[in-house]
Amino acid sequence: MLTLLGVLVVVVGFALRLNPLLVVLTAGLVTGIASGMDVVGVVAAIGKAFTSNRYMAVGWLVAAALGMTSLGGHPQMVRPLVAPMAEAAAERQLDQPLPPSLRFWLRAHAAAADNIGLFFGEDIFIAIGSILLMKGFLAQNGFDIEPLAFAVWAIPTAVLALLVHGARLFRLDQKLATLSSEEGRR
Amino acid sequence: MIGLEVVYRLAGVVVAIVALLNLRDPTNPKRWRNAIFWGAYALSLLFGSYLPDFVNGCLVIVIVLVAGIGGLGRGEPKTTTHEERAESALRWGNRLFVPALLVPSCTLAATLILKHVHVGEAPLVDPKNVSLVALAFSAMLALAVAMVMLRQPLGAPPRECRRLMDLVGWAAVLPQMLAALGALFAAAGVGDRIAELLGHVVPWDNRLAVVAAYTIGMALFTIVMGNAFAAFPVMTAAVGLPIIVHRLGGDPAVMAAIGMLSGFCGTLLTPMAANFNIVPAALLELPDKNGVIRAQAPTALLLLLGNTVLMYLLVFRR
Repeated sequence: MLTLLGVLVVVVGFALRLNPLLVVLTAGLVTGIASGMDVVGVVAAIGKAFTSNRYMAVGWLVAAALGMTSLGGHPQMVRPLVAPMAEAAAERQLDQPLPPSLRFWLRAHAAAADNIGLFFGEDIFIAIGSILLMKGFLAQNGFDIEPLAFAVWAIPTAVLALLVHGARLFRLDQKLATLSSEEGRR
Repeated sequence: MIGLEVVYRLAGVVVAIVALLNLRDPTNPKRWRNAIFWGAYALSLLFGSYLPDFVNGCLVIVIVLVAGIGGLGRGEPKTTTHEERAESALRWGNRLFVPALLVPSCTLAATLILKHVHVGEAPLVDPKNVSLVALAFSAMLALAVAMVMLRQPLGAPPRECRRLMDLVGWAAVLPQMLAALGALFAAAGVGDRIAELLGHVVPWDNRLAVVAAYTIGMALFTIVMGNAFAAFPVMTAAVGLPIIVHRLGGDPAVMAAIGMLSGFCGTLLTPMAANFNIVPAALLELPDKNGVIRAQAPTALLLLLGNTVLMYLLVFRR
């Protein structure tokens, strides 16, 4: 059961919001020592595992190359662009200032759309940290899989996310349309 | 044969430049820390293949301690102003997307083509790592195109790269650390122990029950820890690999891909993922700090259900 101490360290460390790097290193040291390695052996094992996962740095090459055209993110896109555009469009549709609750609900949806698009869209591209983590983890366990394979199997969920969230946003739109026609009749 | 070693060198040079630029930046009060952090990472990238495991391990400890205790700082490197960016966006319009779109399209094309290119008898690129090599070269190509197209000064890419890397900070090495932890977990037999424990609750030969245990477990672990990357090594070592793949003969690529996406459903539901859920609520001045989570919850739950069904249908298809 001692081997599970490392998992406990991860769960508690992340839950306490300690620095994740420290948490992960501690979990590694604890796991190694609990399974009977000496300190030098554990440090070497960590070094070996870290070094054999270096291809994860390839993502930073892409970031370095595209630094000049950086797009996306909440502070850069949602706050200054997406949210105001959504509010303005709804205001035009209703032809009057939005009630605060609706305004905040639209803003929340602007942020939500950004997150959902990012989470379920990004895995289709192979330079993303999560794909490289999957490749690295499975390679350590004896499965050599091309990053492209993970990207391909992320497509069904991406399509589903587009349909599900698209349908929800469509309904939101219809709700706005109903509101505006009710206003018109009054 | 071109293999991963070339990718490590390229990345190592980039990170070394980030370290040097940090060292020479008087506007960053913690510039020494930043320089040591990026410098140690650069050493690991450039020379990791030749250093003894123990020395590599010490580099990891340096990286973690510098970032984890006391933290990294951030300089105020000069960058383009908001006005300059708006002007440039107006002038270039959608053409600004060309370099960004070059990366995925070239990577895909090169991956498909390079597999078949041979020099004499030997393949030009290591067949096991074609897509990563293709990605590295596509990134460099996109950089060259952006340089020529936007006519930025030669110093702009390293400067912007450094600015971005410092924004990301220690999070840049987190996925790699987690993968390393996954390897240690595997070596120590952590997965076997968890599987043993879960075995009392989950009927291991019922495919649907096992898949649901994995996808819902990924989401729950992510909700607790706020990070799917941390949940992945644990749940995959416990359920994904030993049960879905080894015992029931599932496809590891499908298991991992949809498992990670199930974790992302958890990310959408947790205030622990502050960057995605709480920070935007503050930026948008929402009175309810869980407002973004509320907007996301129905989608997240439906997609978790969808992921479970998709994995059940796809992972055992052979």
